[in-house]
This record gives sequence, structure tokens and C-alpha cells, in this order.
Amino acid sequence: MVIDDSANTVRYEITHMIHDEFTSNVAYSLKDVTFSYSRGKRAESEAVLEGLSCLILSGRVLGILGPNGSGKSTLLKLLARVFQPQQGNIELLGESFSCLSQLEVAKRVALVPQETLQVFPFTIAEMVLMGRSPHHQGWGGWHWEDSQDWAVAQNAMEELDVAHLSNRLVTEVSGGERQRAVIARALVQEPQILLLDEPTAFLDLHHQLDIARIIKRLNRERGLTVVLVSHDLNLASQYCDQVLMLNHGRLAAMGSPQAVMKPDVIESVYGCSVLVDRHPQSGLPRVSLPV
Amino acid sequence: MKPILDAPLLTSSPGALSSEPSIATRAALNVALASRRALTRRRWLLWVSAACVAAMIIFLACLGLGTQTISYSTILAVLMGAVTGSSLELGLNDPTSVILLQVRMPRVLLAFLVGGSLAMVGVALQALLRNPLADPFVIGISSGAALGAAIAILFGLGISVGSLAALPVCAFAGALLSLMIMYRISSAQYGFSVYTLLLAGVVLNAIFSAFIMFLTSIADPIRAFGMYAWLMGTLTGPSWPTLGILVLYLGVGLIILGMHAQSLNLLTLGEETARSLGVEVERVKKRVFLASALLTGAVVSFSGIIGFVGLIIPHAVRLVVSADHRLLLPVAGLVGGMFLMLADTVARTALSPSEFPVGVITALVGGPIFLWLLTTRQTQLGMK
Repeated sequence: MVIDDSANTVRYEITHMIHDEFTSNVAYSLKDVTFSYSRGKRAESEAVLEGLSCLILSGRVLGILGPNGSGKSTLLKLLARVFQPQQGNIELLGESFSCLSQLEVAKRVALVPQETLQVFPFTIAEMVLMGRSPHHQGWGGWHWEDSQDWAVAQNAMEELDVAHLSNRLVTEVSGGERQRAVIARALVQEPQILLLDEPTAFLDLHHQLDIARIIKRLNRERGLTVVLVSHDLNLASQYCDQVLMLNHGRLAAMGSPQAVMKPDVIESVYGCSVLVDRHPQSGLPRVSLPV
Repeated sequence: MKPILDAPLLTSSPGALSSEPSIATRAALNVALASRRALTRRRWLLWVSAACVAAMIIFLACLGLGTQTISYSTILAVLMGAVTGSSLELGLNDPTSVILLQVRMPRVLLAFLVGGSLAMVGVALQALLRNPLADPFVIGISSGAALGAAIAILFGLGISVGSLAALPVCAFAGALLSLMIMYRISSAQYGFSVYTLLLAGVVLNAIFSAFIMFLTSIADPIRAFGMYAWLMGTLTGPSWPTLGILVLYLGVGLIILGMHAQSLNLLTLGEETARSLGVEVERVKKRVFLASALLTGAVVSFSGIIGFVGLIIPHAVRLVVSADHRLLLPVAGLVGGMFLMLADTVARTALSPSEFPVGVITALVGGPIFLWLLTTRQTQLGMK
């Protein structure tokens, strides 16, 4: 009896430990998520995402891939709670979205949209400081930035190499500079999770590499969880620990780049045959189009 | 900004920049940029108190001007007397103090309140619609309010104090109606463009004007003439109690707008980004729209349609002071008030002893600036 008892205790502790470690490593848990931009009867036939279930691990870089209109950006916006799914449930760090307020989500998750159009003459510093907003709860959001906010903003701007532009107008700087400033704005939120929608879409090669390296560094040095949407399969292959492939709003494949980036998987999702070989430096899959 | 880098290759002097066509714009921008530091409490206090002082000076100057010029020493003496209450008896008998306290001061204050409110509504609508050309007049909110007020006047709400309290409610209903239409149009369409907004505004204005014209044509001639003058935007001197009613309406609207200054900042980044920064977007939008309708309704019921103040003042203040709504809202309000006090003084005195509607001046100043913005700032407006 005594032996049995101790064995039970040990087994209980082990499962408990595994469970704890498991849940603490999950940034997002999606269960059967369905979302549509239309409402009512048309919602079902026009669903952008359908029955999506997956786990997103924390401390990793996840790439969301898929053809145009497969629901990549929509998924990202659901993760930022910009939209709420009609069906299913999303848990953020073990807490259901339905129990969290917009502000509580904003303290944990930062979103970098594909393009930030700003028509008003804000300075870069002003825009970056807006990222501190979730950390202040004033009268209808009214607050003054304190010295700590300024320090955080200064750090972020230096990290993204926009500190020298801090007093320039957002409307006057180049697209690449603005995108870096938007990422700085997201970092100033001090999030645990950073969501990026095609962070390199409008950038030239040099800046693409810059942004990709910055993202990787933030992930390594701060343990930041990164989820990024990309059209660039090779970029995702080089910089993501995991990739998730969507097709018509459904999960087509998920796993390491080596596991997912196979000619047959890509062909079934994108509908065109591709060549996959190895990157000469990293040995990771490299996708090229046939001649 | 590239030409600056290229310039030294051509000549060694920075004077090479003068060949740039937009040199004036750039110089103005550089001046503005020199003082462009992100907002601190100290900077806020500095700008707001400077604007308050300027508003006080212009207020006193406008009090002195009119059919009968009153010297500043007299103004100060009468004002001091009114404040301390010692010369109230004297004030009732002396014609100068009667003109000053019962006619001119309420009117100048009305101009200040109307101009300030219009400018602040302009700021709020521009942020919500992310469109620097939004203005209560341009997008048809003012004419909606005017229709509401016109119906009320037609059905016998006169100029008694009690009616003047009810009039803003009808104008508020009209403004709300047109704002709701605008809101539906702007949220129905993804990527709502600057042009759609302006076109929708033109059409709304046309529809409401048609209704108003119909109403004036069936009204009896005397009432119709009064309505006509009012529609052109006139500031007739109100009595103190009616001014008090206006202050009450405006106070509620302005407090709501002011409360949401930081949310408006975040909303300029786009609704989705604002939501990801913790803003309850739908709630904020509803409140700001309601406050804007309330302000426009109250203002229009007192002064008719005065256009373009909500367009030019926010633009100028953004360029010179800040785009940060915590500073922009109060400063644009004060500057808008100053602008309309001055414009109304011109309207009162230019053809003295007769006067013309102040709406004429704001349209003559604002219209060309609107066209200039439309043609020169296309990239900034996201039209290209």
C-alpha cells in the first residue's frame, strides 16, 4: 500500500509538472476558431477562417504563410483581438479572450499592421510614445508620459535606428523608416507577443534584411514571441522556428520549416509546382520557382 | 527630402534650394519643426496659456471696435465695475456701458464660443474619419443641424429663452441624423477614401438645402427672410441668459471631446491599430460623434451655418503647434474663437453702420484654403 501510494504521488507530481511546463509555454491556444466579416446567413458561406485549432508556443518565431485571401492577416488580427471570432475560443497565455478587456490584451500583445497611413503631422517620437498608452489608465485615456515612458521610447527608437529621426514628421520620412518606427511603437508597448503583418512587404532588400535580423534578435535577447505573416517563403524559412500554412481559411500544415516546406505541400496549397533545395549558408529549405 | 542631399553637388551654398518650387512650404515646415518636440506638461501649459492670453487681448480689442469706438480705459473701467458690482447702477444708465455689457460683449463672446466649438468639432471629425478635409460644414453636419433648427423655427419656436433652449435639441437631432448617415457610409465601405467623403458631403448638403429651401418657400415672407439671414451665418447679439444656455450645451460636448483626446491620437493610426493599443473603438466613436452632433447643433441653432472654421483652424494649428490632440484640441478651440471674433468684428465694422453675415468672410477665407489643400496636399491626404 505504502509503495503504491508513493508511486501515485510521484506520478501525480510528474503529470502536474509536465502540465505546468506545457501551459506556461503556450502563447496562444486556438480552439475551433471560425470568423467571417459578414454577419447573419451569409456568415457561414463567406467564412474567412474555418474551424482553426492550433497551439502557438511562446518564445518562438512563427510564420503564417498561405496564398492571397487564405486568411493570414485575418488570423493575425484575431490574435490581436482586433476582431472576435464568431465561433470557437482563443486563449492568450492561458486566459480566454472573452475574460480580457481590450486594454489587458494591449499590455501583452502588440500589432504591427502591414501599412500605417498617417495623414496628420505627428513626429516619430510622438507616434512611438503612443505605444505607452496601454500602460496608463487615466480619465478616458488622458495621461502625461513620464520619464520612464520616455526612456522606454528612447531605447526602442535606438534599437530600431530611428532615434535620429525622433523630431521628424511621420508624413515626411521614407516607407522603411516609418515601418521601423511602427515596430518601435509596438516594442514600447512592452508586449510578450509581437504580431507583424508582412513587415517586409514594402521594403527594399537591405531593409528587409534589417527588419528580419531585428526581429530575430528581439526573439533571442528578450524571449519575445513573434508571429509574422509573410508572402516570402524564403524569409519565413530562414527566420521562423515554426511555420503555419493556411489554405482557404483552413490549417493546411504546421511545423518546422523543414517539415512544412516540401514541394508537395507547397504545390497543394499554392497550386503551382516549385523547386525546394537547401540554402547554401543555413541549410534550411529554399523555395524557387521553376523556369 | 532627397533634393537636399543632391544640392551640394550642384552648388556649395544652401541657396541652391531656392530653385525648389516648394521653398516657402519647406521653410514654414522647418520653422515648425524647430520647435517640434513631443508633448510634455510644461509645453502644454506654455501653449495653452499663450493662446489664452492672445484670446483675452483679441477679446478686448474686439470689444472696443464697432459703430462707436470705445477706448480701452473705458472698457476696463466698465468691466471692473461690472465685476465688483459697484457701478451696476451706473452701468444701467450710461449708454457706453449698456452698449458694451448688453450688446457688444455677448456678441463677441458668442463669436468666440461658436468659432472655438466649430474648430474643435473639426479636429474631432478629422481624427475620427482620418481626413484633414472633414469639417462640420463640408461633410453636411451643419446643414443637417440647420434643417432641424429650420423645422423648429417654422413650427413656431420663436426667440424666447425657453425656445432657445429647445432649438439646439432640434438642431442636435438634425446633426445627429446627418452624422449617422455619414457614419454608415464610412463604415460600409472598406478603404473609405477622401473623395467618397467629400462627395457624400456635397450630396448631403444638397439634400438638406433642398429641404430648407422648400421650408423657406412655404413659410410666410417675414419668417422666411429671418431664416434666410440666419442660414448665411450671422451672429446676432444674444441676451445673457441665452448665452448661458449655449455655454451649458457646449460645456457638455467639449468635456466629452477633451476626455477622448488621447483616444483620438491613437485613432489617427487606424481603427485596427487603435484597438490593438487598447482603445474601445466603437464606444469612443459613438461618444465623439454624439459630442460633435451636440456641439454642431448648439452652434448652428445660435449662428446659422458658418463654414470652414473647422477646416482651416485645425490645419494651421497642427502645422505650427502640434498634431497631438491633447494640445491640438484646446489650442485649436482658442484660435478658432479668436478667428471668429476677428471675422465678426470685420463683418460688423467694414460697412458700418450696416453689417453683413460673418459666414461670408469665413467662406471667402476658408474656401480658397480648402482648394489649395486639395491641390497641394494630395500625397499627404492619401489621394495618390
